[in-house]
Amino acid sequence: MILYPVIMLGAVAGIAAILLFLTAKKFHVEEDPRIDKVAELLPGANCGGCGYPGCRGLAEAIVKAADKGDIGGLSCPPGGSTAMKAIGEVLGMAVAESEPMVAVLRCGGTHEKAPRTLKYDGAPKCVIAHTVFAGEKGCPNGCLGLGDCVTVCAFGAMYMDEKTGLPVIDPAKCVACGACVKACPRKIIEMRPKGRKERRVWVNCVNTEKGAAAMKYCKAACIGCGKCVKECPEKVQAITLQNNLAYIDPKKCIACGKCVLVCPTKAILATFEPPKPKPVEAKPAEAAPATPA
Amino acid sequence: MDLKTFKIGGVHPPENKLSAGAPIEAAALPKRAFIHLGQHLGAPAKPIVQKGDKVRVGTLIGAGEGFISAAVHSSVSGTVFAIDAVVDASGYKRPAVIIDVEGDEWEPTIDRSPELKKDISLDKKAIVDRLKEAGIVGLGGATFPAHVKYMVPEGKKVDTLIINAVECEPYLTSDHRVMLERADEVLVGTRILMTALGVERAVIGIEANKPDAIEILSRKAKDHPGITVQALKVQYPQGAEKQLIKAILNREVPSGKLPLDVGCVVNNVGTTVAVYEAVQKNKPLFERIVTLTGKKLPRKANFLVRVGTPITQLIDACGGAPEGTAKFINGGPMMGKAMVNTDIPVTKGTSGVILVDEADARRNAPGACIRCAKCVAACPMGLEPYLIEKQAEYALWEDAEKEDAADCMECGCCQFTCPAARPLLDNIRLAKTTVMRIRRERSKK
Amino acid sequence: MSNTIVSLSPHAKGPLSTEKVMWGVVIALMPSFAFSAYFFGIRAIVVTLVATIACILTEFLIQKYLMKTTVTAFDGSAAITGILLAFNVPSSIPIWQMVLGSVFAIAIGKMVFGGLGRNPFNPALLGRAFMLASFPVDMTTWPIPVKTQWLWEMGKTVDGTTAATPLGFFKEGVKMNASMGDLVAQRPELYDYFNLFIGNVGGCIGEVSAFAILLGGIYLLYKKIITWHIPVFYLGGLALITGIFWWMEPAKYADPLFHLFAGGAMLGAWFMATDMVTSPMTVKGQILFAVCGGLLCGLIRLFGAFPEGCSYSILIMNAFVPLIDKYIKPTRFGKEVNYG
Repeated sequence: MILYPVIMLGAVAGIAAILLFLTAKKFHVEEDPRIDKVAELLPGANCGGCGYPGCRGLAEAIVKAADKGDIGGLSCPPGGSTAMKAIGEVLGMAVAESEPMVAVLRCGGTHEKAPRTLKYDGAPKCVIAHTVFAGEKGCPNGCLGLGDCVTVCAFGAMYMDEKTGLPVIDPAKCVACGACVKACPRKIIEMRPKGRKERRVWVNCVNTEKGAAAMKYCKAACIGCGKCVKECPEKVQAITLQNNLAYIDPKKCIACGKCVLVCPTKAILATFEPPKPKPVEAKPAEAAPATPA
Repeated sequence: MDLKTFKIGGVHPPENKLSAGAPIEAAALPKRAFIHLGQHLGAPAKPIVQKGDKVRVGTLIGAGEGFISAAVHSSVSGTVFAIDAVVDASGYKRPAVIIDVEGDEWEPTIDRSPELKKDISLDKKAIVDRLKEAGIVGLGGATFPAHVKYMVPEGKKVDTLIINAVECEPYLTSDHRVMLERADEVLVGTRILMTALGVERAVIGIEANKPDAIEILSRKAKDHPGITVQALKVQYPQGAEKQLIKAILNREVPSGKLPLDVGCVVNNVGTTVAVYEAVQKNKPLFERIVTLTGKKLPRKANFLVRVGTPITQLIDACGGAPEGTAKFINGGPMMGKAMVNTDIPVTKGTSGVILVDEADARRNAPGACIRCAKCVAACPMGLEPYLIEKQAEYALWEDAEKEDAADCMECGCCQFTCPAARPLLDNIRLAKTTVMRIRRERSKK
Repeated sequence: MSNTIVSLSPHAKGPLSTEKVMWGVVIALMPSFAFSAYFFGIRAIVVTLVATIACILTEFLIQKYLMKTTVTAFDGSAAITGILLAFNVPSSIPIWQMVLGSVFAIAIGKMVFGGLGRNPFNPALLGRAFMLASFPVDMTTWPIPVKTQWLWEMGKTVDGTTAATPLGFFKEGVKMNASMGDLVAQRPELYDYFNLFIGNVGGCIGEVSAFAILLGGIYLLYKKIITWHIPVFYLGGLALITGIFWWMEPAKYADPLFHLFAGGAMLGAWFMATDMVTSPMTVKGQILFAVCGGLLCGLIRLFGAFPEGCSYSILIMNAFVPLIDKYIKPTRFGKEVNYG
């Protein structure tokens, strides 16, 4: 008795399998096999950091460009030089070395340095809070602490530190796809080079108000005093002052760390401890590295 | 009373017109006035004074920049202390002229006599110029420069002027008091605007919860041919421009178009008094009625305030902020802006200040959307708020554009009525601004 | 000013909350609960309570330990599912089957999709469908309600004997080629409008008394929890299709009024089809949903394998709701220039 259903279902399955096989063969799309090879070498996270729709999109673009003779403009930030080199070998093309980048948060407004004087009671998104007011701290340029950047990170490289109220970026996991930079309505996160031996220095503030006004709500603000500009060695001159805000040009900076020591509000951070100057008075090295434990 | 109303959507928040019985009183002059240069829609005015200049009440201190802009006049007499960025209702610092107040000396060109001047001697063009010189903007809250409204482009036909005396926002009563105490000026001002527009018909729309205002204006309007009063059903947002036009004239302004495209112009009733004073008494716009109210506020009041007066001063005049006040609203509870502090000065657009207690101020914790469709039923523009909120959450901007997110007038009916207390309007605003930005970028290409 | 709150408008809070809406529906179900206690006795109360508690407990446990999110099991929505599920089964159902059905309704009918607001199908109806498929005999055996003179004996059922439901009796009879007239003569009390309206017939716990359901429905309308469109158009659709066939062949079919009061049509129209989560978001969509549901219900009753088609008609229409919401949009303001 059970034989009949078994045969029936088996027959249906067999016919379906044949139909599928024939359809797959008939509607098969011919694709350049190189695209598959290139796609395999890419990380496969589909983060969009390259500017193309997913890793497959980039693979197609690379193969197209390779046929034209130059794949220079295309790069995969998460894959980095390793991926691009491997791809170059597969396609038989030369690939230029690209500098590894990392996302850097440029705000020092922790709960301690910039106490919250207001309470935000709306939808918990930075893009929305940004339209309501300057922020719970009062700084119109400061981090709003609602984590749009953390939400959008596809690589788990960010988390919100409850103690400070600021997001933390793990440079080991960050692939520099740029999603957090785009998500921040105040442009507080900047893509900077990782630096030789992971040594990098940056101004941890984007506030453009006059020093006295900025200090009213944040003790870690850049007050535009210019001491760092003067301290930067003459041959380097990596720091410029504009709109009451100092900026360190990463292309020129040699990561000596001298500016870190002279900043009166400790608004300049570095990933290393800057060497203390020779004179007796030992300044406590307070340039706290931004990397979490 | 034959009540008219708009057809789609709307809610009925508790009216709380606690200050309706308080007659208008002049607020004390501030010691230092912070007069913002961007008190209107459009480009902020350019300051034409500098530190140390002496000014009188009514002196021009900011000149309008560009087509949509307005002049700004000093509301006090004294010396200019500085031109600096001061926090305004937006929560950010904006440029303002800061004046140390000395005495109360007015520009001699202003006619301060109290007699009612009924006859209109200026013609259409002269009136519009006068509106521009006097810095008249809509006092309903949107602060659109008035003279621009009356520059009707070639080819557009206008047949009606609508005066918006609805005041549908809860708590606010400044328009109500203006109608009760300055009805004659309202009517002359309306006639001036009718002349400026070149129409024979004006309708004053008033919500049915102000029967005394309806009575007094209906009675006095008999002396002014062409002006009628229309009572309207108490429903929010009856005072929204498009809804008001639908209720009174049964015409719907299409998406993206202006009232001019359906043959009418709408102005707030407070603006008519400002127009009267500007045209008949040569007085520029530098003061307005501001309602001070709140459930626990010791004294509710309707003040006649000079722009630039810090709001703290007004709150102190009412007995100070009560214990437990957690929110200060600039405007009405449905569309107003929560203030970051009370030092914010009064501007031409400040219709009222509401002090809210902690329990009322804190939003309820949002829950899951139960798909009850109350937001859809409540939306006066016929949109689907629950859908646009979801699209904003998932950044589906093209879909939001198809759902007409750009037509949202941010009235707040959806969020008010949502049982799950979802932040609908917060997200819809995000969708609306993103869609408009995308459209601008698209048209630039 | 450290406590000053800043947020975007609106700053006013509306009168409703999810809890108020949900518990409002529970209150609206109380008349039916009372009538069911009167007709079916203590057992009905026990079954309803078991279902309600099982549903709330299931949602609580899943939210707390499986999904690890905020617990909203006590907001009233699980209670509604429990009560409605109990109202859809005979009062003689074994308790363990009731529990299983409740767990299925909440776990598979609701939580699997993400919880409140995310389920495409009415959880109570899904639970009932599960129980009908799994326990067909127990789900189609109804006890006879006993009419007693003594209030404290009220609602006792006679053990060991089963009742026929009006729909079941007439459908079976017509299948056996008896005419409607003869069948009514055999069991007049099953065609008596008053009995049907009040609920003095065999059937599931909550579906028998049209009067009690109507009371609850009016309460829902008064509290503005539902609008009149879905119930009226559902019953209208049902009346329409049954009316057409009755008018053509009155010997074979019952009249529309009978169909309105018999079976689960009233319960379905007022409480099941109006479930907010699984019904369309626009008035036009709701009317379409309700009319099609009513027509389907009538079709299943008249020509389908089951005597009762209400639950399946609503479940089928639930499946169409996303499609309805996609294409039926509310009237936009200002889409047509109208010069009055």
